[in-house]
Amino acid sequence: MIAPSGFAGWAAAVIALPLAGAAFLLLFGKRVGKVSAYIASATIGLSFLSGLILFFRMLGEPGEERSFVLKLFDWVNVGDFHANAELLVDPLSIVMVLVVTGVGTLIHVYSIGYMEDDPRYSRFFAYLNLFCAAMLILVLADNLLLLFVGWEGVGLCSYLLIGFWFEREVAAGAAKKAFIVNRIGDFSFLLGIFLIADEIGSLSVSEINAGAATMGATLATVGALLLFGGATGKSAQIPLYVWLPDAMEGPTPVSALIHAATMVTAGVYVVVRFSPLFEAGGATALTVVAWIGALTALWAALMAAFEYDIKRVLAYSTISQLGYMFIASGVAGYSIGIFHLVTHAFFKALLFLGAGAVMHALAGETDMRKMGGLRRAMPVVGLTFAAGWLAISGIFPFAGFWSKDAILAVAWEQGEYALWALGLLTAGLTAFYMSRMYFRVFEGDLDLPEGVHVHDAPRTMAAALVPLGALSVIGGFFNLPGVLTLEHFLDPVLGEPAVPHGLLAWVLAGAALIVSVAGILVARVLYLQPEGDARRERLATTAPWFVSAARNKFYVDEFYGRTIVAPGKAFARFCADIFDNRILDGLVNGVAWVVNGVSSKGRHVQTGYVRNYAVIFLLGVVVIASFMFLRVGV
Amino acid sequence: MTEVPPGYFLALAGLLFTIGVVGVLVRRNAIVIFMFIELMLNAVNLFFVTFARMQGNLEGQVLVFFVLVVAAAEVVVGLALILLIARRRGSLDVDKVRLLKW
Repeated sequence: MIAPSGFAGWAAAVIALPLAGAAFLLLFGKRVGKVSAYIASATIGLSFLSGLILFFRMLGEPGEERSFVLKLFDWVNVGDFHANAELLVDPLSIVMVLVVTGVGTLIHVYSIGYMEDDPRYSRFFAYLNLFCAAMLILVLADNLLLLFVGWEGVGLCSYLLIGFWFEREVAAGAAKKAFIVNRIGDFSFLLGIFLIADEIGSLSVSEINAGAATMGATLATVGALLLFGGATGKSAQIPLYVWLPDAMEGPTPVSALIHAATMVTAGVYVVVRFSPLFEAGGATALTVVAWIGALTALWAALMAAFEYDIKRVLAYSTISQLGYMFIASGVAGYSIGIFHLVTHAFFKALLFLGAGAVMHALAGETDMRKMGGLRRAMPVVGLTFAAGWLAISGIFPFAGFWSKDAILAVAWEQGEYALWALGLLTAGLTAFYMSRMYFRVFEGDLDLPEGVHVHDAPRTMAAALVPLGALSVIGGFFNLPGVLTLEHFLDPVLGEPAVPHGLLAWVLAGAALIVSVAGILVARVLYLQPEGDARRERLATTAPWFVSAARNKFYVDEFYGRTIVAPGKAFARFCADIFDNRILDGLVNGVAWVVNGVSSKGRHVQTGYVRNYAVIFLLGVVVIASFMFLRVGV
Repeated sequence: MTEVPPGYFLALAGLLFTIGVVGVLVRRNAIVIFMFIELMLNAVNLFFVTFARMQGNLEGQVLVFFVLVVAAAEVVVGLALILLIARRRGSLDVDKVRLLKW
């Protein structure tokens, strides 16, 4: 499609603004000091406005003509292979842009207050800007190569931000873990890119999606699964989810940014963006996606239910909710997956920022056992957090209800009853663990760690919490059947998902709602009522092995440690100590040893007597001269 | 008057060169060695002149001038070195200058 005039400029501005902000702050951040927070917030805010302008201009076009490819500059041109710096602006990418920049802006504003006392204040905002810029490159890229630039940029920034407080060893370790686990996924992703480049001969989104059918079923499946392998890393799915809970060591706004709006959604975005590729090989690839998603959702929810650290509960809940998005993609409900991505960005950012406000007020405390009754002490945080809690629990009419219910409904409609059941079970668990957290932190008697003076969120933090709270309440209406339809906005790109209609839709929604309410009630019985403690004791004694397993994250870290990390380290030891030190150094030192031995004998030729040299000189002349005479035959 | 045959000149030049070589090898006084080197150079000059005569062209004679110039330059540098060594060590014996060895 020919883009309307000025389109390319706005699209470039979306990426360029935060990128310029990051560059400026990295160079001059120290000099501008506290102003850097406002610079960073302004660049991402203006980027959001550019995105809005693009969005409204796109709405001015007819539905089928809302996809534009905008060429910025030539990049890679080798023979028949072209990968230029081209942006793809279509309904899907614009939704992602609005989520990333919108939620990103609020998180920037929140950080102004949250990071106030940090010695590396401007550096933090530079990284935040860079993170958003990388994510925007990822979602706007028209070819896989450019997308991969954003993909790696996001990975790098996550490393920098998770390890922002690198003086603490756990933070540095968590950053490394996130980076390395992501690299494993990236390797798979890169292989996928190679396969696609080889088979299709192009990396542009439209050509990959058009050419996927010609790849042959097996290759298309392999390519799709390789891309999905990368997605499991970025989006923290089984088996590569282990980095995400540890990533909570970063500052809380970072957790909100990484785990709500940006990085983790990259995997979902890729699966949705290349959905024709996933479909090209028959059902296999999508089935894998859906099942990985469903199992991850349940697995993470189980761990969340036993976690005491408020940020880690949210981390597991992020993994779990991402699982939902993959279920949606796996049953071909792509726009539903994106819908859940959007609502999840709202309420998960809200929950993280709320948890951050609690930590801020309690001097960094994250153990929910040491909290209680905070709602009265910090009403703004308590109220907005409650909105996020009800949204993620899927209570009508909050945002999460609409998107989660839609996912379950699509799964049912596709005849995937097992996936539906897993999703429903997870929904109940989600409601349970979120209520457990909410009740322990905000309800009940006021309970504080020693010597802490509680204060409500400062103004900048409240300025982020309130809009997100509002969005968590009304976010679901973006896709209210018959009124506002995100789904139909996405249809030109993603096709229409099969959703149930009529009575069935009501029954399914009712079932999901009942399960969620049941989850909340169970939490109420166990945590809010005075007899709760005794009940929990009794419950724990019925299956102590399960409780301890869940508390220890089902020993997955230990399992990976034994099976992958330990052999890897042993191999590295072998390479360093045996191969490098003994064999390689042995070769080099051996040569030196031989030369030394020979020369210690041979150097006695050098007597220092001029006449000795003269004799040798003469002999040399005689030899050469006689040789030449013999050759010439004089 | 009969010409001296070129062979005589060649023989004389060869003799001078050999004396020079032997002198360089057997003497220990730096100045003397230096003189023997000059002797060898001049023996070579005699070869050049003789061959030029035999060939009937001037190229050999032209080369002699180059050898003379280079020899003059060599004397400048060589004598300066010898002078410095002699001042420092108070001796012209080359066998005593043998620091550069194993």
